[in-house]
Amino acid sequence: MSGALDRLPRLLALVPYLLARPGARLRDVAATFGVTERQLRQDLDLVFLCGLPGHMPDDLIDVSIDGDVITLTNAETIARPLRLQVDEALVLLVGLRMLASAPGVQDRDALDRALAKLEGAAGDAAAAASTHVAVEVEAEESVLASARDALERGRMMHLDYYVPGRDETTERDVDPMRLVLAGGRTYLEGWCRHAEGVRLFRLDRVVSLDVLEQPAAPPPEAVPRDLDAGLFQSAPGDTLVTLELEPAGAWVAEYHPCESVEDLGDGRLRVGLRTPQTSWVRRLALRLGGSGRVLAPADLAAQVRADARAALAAYDDQ
Amino acid sequence: MTDVSARKTERLLNLVICLLATRRFLSAEQVRTAVPGYAESEEAFKRAFERDKEELRELGIPLETGSNDVLFDDEVGYRIARDSYALPDISLAADEAAVLGLAARAWQQASIAGAASSALLKLEAAGVRTGEVTPAGIEPRVETREPAFLPLWEAVREARPVTFPYRTPGSPTSTERRLEPWGVVCWHGRWYVAGHDVDRRDTRVFRLDRVAGPVRATGPAGSVSVPDGVDLRGTVASFAARQPTGTARLRVRAGTAYGLRRYAAAVRPAGKGWDEADLDFADVEALADEILGYGADVVVIDPPEARAAVIRRLRAIAGKVAAGASGTGDE
Repeated sequence: MSGALDRLPRLLALVPYLLARPGARLRDVAATFGVTERQLRQDLDLVFLCGLPGHMPDDLIDVSIDGDVITLTNAETIARPLRLQVDEALVLLVGLRMLASAPGVQDRDALDRALAKLEGAAGDAAAAASTHVAVEVEAEESVLASARDALERGRMMHLDYYVPGRDETTERDVDPMRLVLAGGRTYLEGWCRHAEGVRLFRLDRVVSLDVLEQPAAPPPEAVPRDLDAGLFQSAPGDTLVTLELEPAGAWVAEYHPCESVEDLGDGRLRVGLRTPQTSWVRRLALRLGGSGRVLAPADLAAQVRADARAALAAYDDQ
Repeated sequence: MTDVSARKTERLLNLVICLLATRRFLSAEQVRTAVPGYAESEEAFKRAFERDKEELRELGIPLETGSNDVLFDDEVGYRIARDSYALPDISLAADEAAVLGLAARAWQQASIAGAASSALLKLEAAGVRTGEVTPAGIEPRVETREPAFLPLWEAVREARPVTFPYRTPGSPTSTERRLEPWGVVCWHGRWYVAGHDVDRRDTRVFRLDRVAGPVRATGPAGSVSVPDGVDLRGTVASFAARQPTGTARLRVRAGTAYGLRRYAAAVRPAGKGWDEADLDFADVEALADEILGYGADVVVIDPPEARAAVIRRLRAIAGKVAAGASGTGDE
């Protein structure tokens, strides 16, 4: 699975990493490098065979593992990590600029200092290219400011929140947990006392936000979701909806996380998506007009047709 | 990990150490003697050494070629300059390291995630501790689900012209576009590429999710020059938020369609449980998209073409049979 082109860069980072951290543990190092402990041991075995020309014992890199504590010495030649490649420097620079452009960001001062240092270390090519990539962030400034205030002071909040799927605003008390910026949108993650669960609230759908005097107290079961597994995760009890999309409706497969996407040819798709609520799918299907339709569940498909007939009747009345 | 590739990794690591350790340029023959693992036969050695040099360069290791003696410069030698090999000393305060870690982790969901995590590892290897402080505040995530992202990112990085099939909304077929790309911008969660459209001879902006096929580079690196002072964000923003071309008059059932009311220029009561709203729009079909989702709660009064678009699309749904081949579907 990992050829020389994957493994060599890892080894060239692993050696300085271990030199900088005497007493590092196998498990921690493997986790940092995203490999199994077994793979890490194989890497260390390989490094142990390498060294300066001559390859006398004194020339070789010395590695010992005592229990699970790694000690690595005699590797002065490669004691510094390889400089950043253009792509590596680029993602960091663009990421930092994105953070700096977000309204009400943390510690702008630290961001500016980090940017300046990184630009110095990145090399001219990366610094030049990084001005050609940008991530712009939208956020409702006043709502964001209140949400940050509630988070910083550990206060509960009262939300008036618009739910487009049901076209209604709902009121709820929320114990804020953190702010998440994903896909260009800002979300508040918190424990919703009404739903008794962790919910994500899109800040642009917050109609009003009041910071309460009551301290926030998310219960122990309020665990932030793992963002690296994706922002929206379906639950086993969710309804499986099947849609058939014409080319003009194919954007649905990109916009919504789908469980399955089947190519029907000529740009047509059949997609499956899981959702705890189908009301938004009714609205989506209306929106799609002729460029997509609900195949299953059957009662949802019937509902959509009834919605369309009711809407048409409103035009006949006039 | 096969034995063959483990032996090769070992040889490459020894090669890097050997070329970093030398101040003088080493001839191929000297390399062969100093680095274990090369083949006996001259031919096989040459082939392997050529490939190794190529792979080191691909990894960004600055391999220098040169000669030690100006009088006898017929033999090429090799070495790696330590200064250009190593990450410059970068000492970061804890808060600086924390925001840098945040910036790198933002890409974890993106197709470029590999570069972000290897960058982070190099900084960690340089002694920076990026994961220890979690700054309170916003956790950012950048997503790049569009397959066109990586090739366009590379084209922009290397200043190369590209060609790609592009689908415009409402059209079932795509057309091939030729572009000198200036930059990629994520605007409100969507990725765009802006540049000079070679055929239209003008500045154009394209949505990456509408690129309908492979992106191919059509020229050498460095052959695209970005005009001085070009405002990428401004170019994309003005494309993304199109100027309205008209105002629609809508009947909106009282207490409904909150999402639409927020963007209305005016809302006034119209009696009998209805309001009337004025909504600016740029495109009739996009306006119909917006209105259709509210079903019987929103009715278009004006303009007639928006009314017609909504009615046509509602009929397309209402007329559909439950299952099987209902046929057309296309607009």
